[in-house]
Amino acid sequence: MQLVLTEEQELLAKTASDFVREHSPLARVRALRDRRDEVGFSRALWKQMAELGWVGIRLPEAYGGAGMGMADLAVVLEQLGRRLAPEPFLSTVLLGSEALRLAGSEAQQRAWLPGVAAGERLLTLAWQEARSRFDPCRIETWAEPDGSEFVLTGEKIQVPDAPVADAIVVAARTGGSARDETGITLFLVPRDAAGVSITRQTRIDHRNAGLVRLDGVRVGADAVLGDPGDGGRLLQRVVDHATAGLCAEMLGAMSQVFDDTLEYLKTRLQFGVPIGSFQGLKHRAARLFMELELARSATMAAVRAVDEEAPDLARLVSLAKARCSDAFVLAANEAVQMFGGVGMTDEYDVGFYMKRARVAEMCFGDAAWHRERWARLGGY
Amino acid sequence: MPDLERFRADLRDWLDSHAPKALMGAPGNELEGVWGGRKATWSDPDRKHWLELCAERGFTAPEWPRAYGGGGLSRDEARVLRQELAQRKLPPPLIGFGLTMIGPVLLQFGTEEQKQEHLPKVCRGEIRWCQGYSEPGAGSDLAGLQCRAVLDGDHYVINGQKIWTSYADQSDWMFCLVRTDPSAKKQAGITFLLFDMETPGVSVKPIPLISGSSPFCETFLTDVRVPTRNVVGQVNGGWTVAKALLAHERTMIADAFGGGAGIGKGRGIAGWAHDYVEFEPDGRLGDASLRHRIAQTEMDTRAFVLTTQRARDAAKAGHGPGAASSLFKIYGTELNQRRMELLVAIAGPQALGWEGAGFDERELDLTRQWLRSRGNTIEGGTSEIQLNIIAKHVLGLPD
Repeated sequence: MQLVLTEEQELLAKTASDFVREHSPLARVRALRDRRDEVGFSRALWKQMAELGWVGIRLPEAYGGAGMGMADLAVVLEQLGRRLAPEPFLSTVLLGSEALRLAGSEAQQRAWLPGVAAGERLLTLAWQEARSRFDPCRIETWAEPDGSEFVLTGEKIQVPDAPVADAIVVAARTGGSARDETGITLFLVPRDAAGVSITRQTRIDHRNAGLVRLDGVRVGADAVLGDPGDGGRLLQRVVDHATAGLCAEMLGAMSQVFDDTLEYLKTRLQFGVPIGSFQGLKHRAARLFMELELARSATMAAVRAVDEEAPDLARLVSLAKARCSDAFVLAANEAVQMFGGVGMTDEYDVGFYMKRARVAEMCFGDAAWHRERWARLGGY
Repeated sequence: MPDLERFRADLRDWLDSHAPKALMGAPGNELEGVWGGRKATWSDPDRKHWLELCAERGFTAPEWPRAYGGGGLSRDEARVLRQELAQRKLPPPLIGFGLTMIGPVLLQFGTEEQKQEHLPKVCRGEIRWCQGYSEPGAGSDLAGLQCRAVLDGDHYVINGQKIWTSYADQSDWMFCLVRTDPSAKKQAGITFLLFDMETPGVSVKPIPLISGSSPFCETFLTDVRVPTRNVVGQVNGGWTVAKALLAHERTMIADAFGGGAGIGKGRGIAGWAHDYVEFEPDGRLGDASLRHRIAQTEMDTRAFVLTTQRARDAAKAGHGPGAASSLFKIYGTELNQRRMELLVAIAGPQALGWEGAGFDERELDLTRQWLRSRGNTIEGGTSEIQLNIIAKHVLGLPD
């Protein structure tokens, strides 16, 4: 594993960085929030991102993808993360199409992936429930077999981009009890299936997410992804891959809010000097820099572990998510403190980073949860 | 890379037929092993043999030019050498400040004559070096040093005191910072020079530490006469040389502490915990707060090791260092301290032994290492000074 960007990845980063500067300033996110935009992102920009090859970057070329790796996608996500671009990468690319890529039948892949790569169809994955907290396998949504069909009943919370997704991968229980990894099956459920109702949720970061109620939703055996009853391992794998990608996005956001803070420290004058000349702030900034560097190393290792199918993938992902969760929250909290009073105002952008940091922290498990998982994987 | 693979194959043959089998598995890192020098004592003849074997092939300083006693290896070949030694658990043949500090500095700033004189002796382990930097009144404010050197013909005459001179009592030569121009701005009047510790007027006194033993000494310099040809770099230009050397020192300290070296490395911290705290029948550590501290320390270690790897990979790809050496110094030493504190917490009252009955050797060793580790964030530039360096030179924050 080489923890350095290739020349191609450097170029990709440059392209993505230029794109963000031209098309995706933070003012765009603010405007979407202020007008309570139902979609929560720009479909036009999503289409452009698809044309640049980013949406299908990890999908097979046969389905219109670029057949590249998570390390390549991570480069793009980091740049988009810098200005909190809310386009549906997490839902459609990291979760929905990743589940299809890993476990979909040829028919399922052919039906959905070309549309995804073209930026025309959106997917998501519904795993979390009211009592799940951070455990992806804590699932009470039930899928009752009925002949060759299944009937799904339950409620999923904070499903990313559910209100605009064309289909939802639903994790439901076909056996076992609430906390078991076994007995879980993944189903590909079209949004217009009878019994599906979706309600837009508003969270602090204003990204699109929704409650998904499944009220006796009937699906055929052809909706099953992978093997029935064996979806727990698949779900865990998809979530691990998505977590690595989310870390890349978080890394971009924390780097940007840190850069913005440094700029403020160099320009804000008090007592006649820049506040960045005070040792009380310098040392905090230097410690924050160290946390960011360690988060970057861990994230680079995790995304490469996905590409190499490394045996310690799960531990590296937990390492990256624990570090990124802590470092992003710290970077955002420190930003607000160092900006002082104006950091608390809605007019300044730092608050957006603090809110996004919390949502990202809670997604797929916070730092404490991943430390506990690290210990469990280490046998203690 | 067929050349590199051929190098590896030849190296393996050589190691398998020459390396002393008894040394495989012996401990060793940048601060633990064979230091060499005129006063070296050899309790283990294998170690001496291993040093001589490696010195002959230039493997004590693999990347230095062959002309100066090094191995003339490329960076990739040196990496292969490290890998093959690590695979056989062979200790480095030689360690010390000659290899890690003054050697790299002489390669960068030394005259041809200085390189010829000093580097081969470093490579062969014949001369052991110590560092004359800190003074009683110049710690963090190193540039405030007062040790005076006055020109007298073709010699400098030095008067003053150095402190925290690691292993001065066992060293043969000192690289030293002295003030040659008291009227200049403080960084501008400093000169970097070298002298033999047997020169008349040099006396050394060890400083006992809270951990009992100590590598540190006070060094008193009274009318010590040093030839002017022993000046490294420019007269009054020593600060530039001094700073370059400090970067090497920080890297050395970080390398020594950062990888989770020392006690508990083999079995991990959780393995150490098995001897002291309750585990549940399914192997889980019942005490949740301890479990989290262990996980946190292990994860910090892994992230730190990945960061050092990233810096190496970036340097190899020609990107320049990914992060400053100050980061590694701060994080590596603080990590070592957290690790020691955690091992002490796990051992509980068994970590309180100073000597004698009721404590086993590992426990007594831990206690001393823990006490010693508190100095890690002070020596080689305090963490606070390193934070200043990051703030100024990496983040560009104003003075």
